[in-house]
Amino acid sequence: MSDLLKDPGESSNNDLSPEAKAVAHTRRVFLFKMAVGLNAVVGAALAVPLIGYLLGPVMKKGSSVGAWVALGDVSEFPVGETRLADFQSPVAGLGDGETAKVACWVRRISQQQFQVFAINCAHLGCPVRWFSESKLFMCPCHGGAYYEDGGRASGPPERGLFEYKYKIAGNSLVIHAGDMPTLATQASCKEKPLVQIEPAETRSTSWRA
Amino acid sequence: MASLKERATAAGLKSYQWLEDRLGLIKPMTEAAAHPTPANNASWWYVFGSAATVLLIMQVMTGILLALVYSPSANEAWKSLNVLNHNIPLGWYLRALHGWGSDFMIAIVLMHMMQVFLFGSFKFPRELTWIVGVLLLLLTLGMAFTGQVMRFDQDAYWGLGIGASIASRVPVVGAPLVHLMLGGPITGGATLSRFFTLHVFVIPGLLLAGVGVHVWMVLKHGVSDWPMPGRVVSKSTYEREYHELTLKTGIPFVPDAAWKDAVFAAAIIFAVMACAFFFGPFGPTGPPDPTIIQTAPKPDFAFLWIYAVLAFLPPSIETPVMLVVPVLGIAGLLVLPLLASEGERHWARRPVAVLMVSVIAVTLGIFTRLGTYTPWSPIMNAWTSAPVPVKYLHDRTPLERSGAIVLQEKQCRNCHSLDNAGGLRGPALDAVATRLTEDQLVRQVLQGGGNMPAYGNALNPSETKALVSFLMTLRGNDLEPAVNASQALTQTTRGSDAPKGLPATPAEQKP
Repeated sequence: MSDLLKDPGESSNNDLSPEAKAVAHTRRVFLFKMAVGLNAVVGAALAVPLIGYLLGPVMKKGSSVGAWVALGDVSEFPVGETRLADFQSPVAGLGDGETAKVACWVRRISQQQFQVFAINCAHLGCPVRWFSESKLFMCPCHGGAYYEDGGRASGPPERGLFEYKYKIAGNSLVIHAGDMPTLATQASCKEKPLVQIEPAETRSTSWRA
Repeated sequence: MASLKERATAAGLKSYQWLEDRLGLIKPMTEAAAHPTPANNASWWYVFGSAATVLLIMQVMTGILLALVYSPSANEAWKSLNVLNHNIPLGWYLRALHGWGSDFMIAIVLMHMMQVFLFGSFKFPRELTWIVGVLLLLLTLGMAFTGQVMRFDQDAYWGLGIGASIASRVPVVGAPLVHLMLGGPITGGATLSRFFTLHVFVIPGLLLAGVGVHVWMVLKHGVSDWPMPGRVVSKSTYEREYHELTLKTGIPFVPDAAWKDAVFAAAIIFAVMACAFFFGPFGPTGPPDPTIIQTAPKPDFAFLWIYAVLAFLPPSIETPVMLVVPVLGIAGLLVLPLLASEGERHWARRPVAVLMVSVIAVTLGIFTRLGTYTPWSPIMNAWTSAPVPVKYLHDRTPLERSGAIVLQEKQCRNCHSLDNAGGLRGPALDAVATRLTEDQLVRQVLQGGGNMPAYGNALNPSETKALVSFLMTLRGNDLEPAVNASQALTQTTRGSDAPKGLPATPAEQKP
């Protein structure tokens, strides 16, 4: 019972001698402090797993995220051209729906040499478009532009397009995909064994603006 | 024998007494509503805060009704909005009310803030009221941003990408921040769930609690009196002066002052209803399919100015500006009442305050305007949709005309306009030959520079020759062609009445 809310029945306390009052006071204060301490301990024990749950997505190590995904048969990408391809993100969850799909630009430089660019502009992540005549990628958001090799051409981006690691497995082009590419989460994943080979849809005709 | 009416009144009074004996809230609340307030603040300038509160209540109500149908899953959110728009009776109207209510709420909150700032009402003893108000503004903007994500269309999807890209620029903890924001490695179902939780549980809870504290402090300190030049706030005297003013001129807040609040709130709600009815709901735009890249994502109105600022920051200072300026700005707003808690309140005696409000308002207005037509973005289809004007093809040689074809085919028009058609990213080309000589044009096209990409790899020599010869014909209204210093030298030495020395700029050159 706190001092602020005196129970009328306890008003007899006032008749006690100061010493007796002090004794009672000390014991109650001690018990209350103990109860506060108890709650602090229980609260901390409760908070740690709650915070752990909240920070769950952060705890995963960057290198453990991502897998190799097939983009399709290499013959779908003619030498000297840059084409749009898409794949299912290997790190997508059950409820991701169509947001699990990812697009990327595939440039075939020679028979065995490719460049696979993230669709996300290095400035703020908007989807860049390829213009084959001027050999530029252009971003619709803030006007970032990149050359055909992904290098920065002009505008606000501070670097070139993000590139996926690729390899050719048999006849199919396979890239390593995971995090959404941003300045902090670019393709920093370590080499991983081939886990998933799944033919992905590729647009058969070169896409133009 | 008492009449029926008297008995009914007595029964009503008795039930009220029964309720109030147990509840104990009606009397103190009635007294608080009727508290005396200085007559000079019963003004139409003092109505914004209550209107914002009424809008908040409307947002909560429409939000609850939308939640009956909305499905916060990445798979279904966009579809459920279309169901609301087209299949649920009046679903479109509820969405429109909620969307327009959000825009109105931001506008009214900003007006409220501007009024409080210009009237110096944030000074002693209302400093904490202002600080809580700043937090309420941030929460309101948080509601607007998370609400935009609820729409879960193309703009929402790529807008989240923009948010993640900004978060990724934070040093050291960039990657964990991105994962925390997205709820995983990519934008998807987990991201929508987090923003749904923020939009529906976390921020509204904080907002309602904050409004409670804000209103409590307004009641505790009273509505600020009308500022007068020369009536200076001093911590030692203000509260006594305010008390005396209230005693002398006080009128009950309800109804003598509050009727204006009520009229204004009704007008605002009616305006929201009218906008919702006539202009309808916002979106959703295309489905959140990341493989549909033919899109130009744009944030909602309240954030257009940020979108515009991000287009103009040079790459070298962009990250520091992005991360430091908002922190400084918010910190400045929070400490403002602590730094200026005393002194003049009237705007006529606070020129710096008036100047700040004007500069900030004009700046936000300009950037918002720019955000509506994004002159920094290439117009992706200009090369096929905006032909070279016929007048620029008259009396041209075949080489020059084939240069015009090169200009179109190489997508120059996406960034450069001719006769006001085409992109605004680069300068208009109508009079380019009056600014650059042939050599300079060749260099500019092949090597780029000044925010133009180099086209050396995209043009062969004959294309370059044709393009430049066409560009050389673009001299506006038959203006003089540009000349460089060496040309100027040969021309001036040839001329009989040549002035001594070189002209400083080609523009000063006389033929």
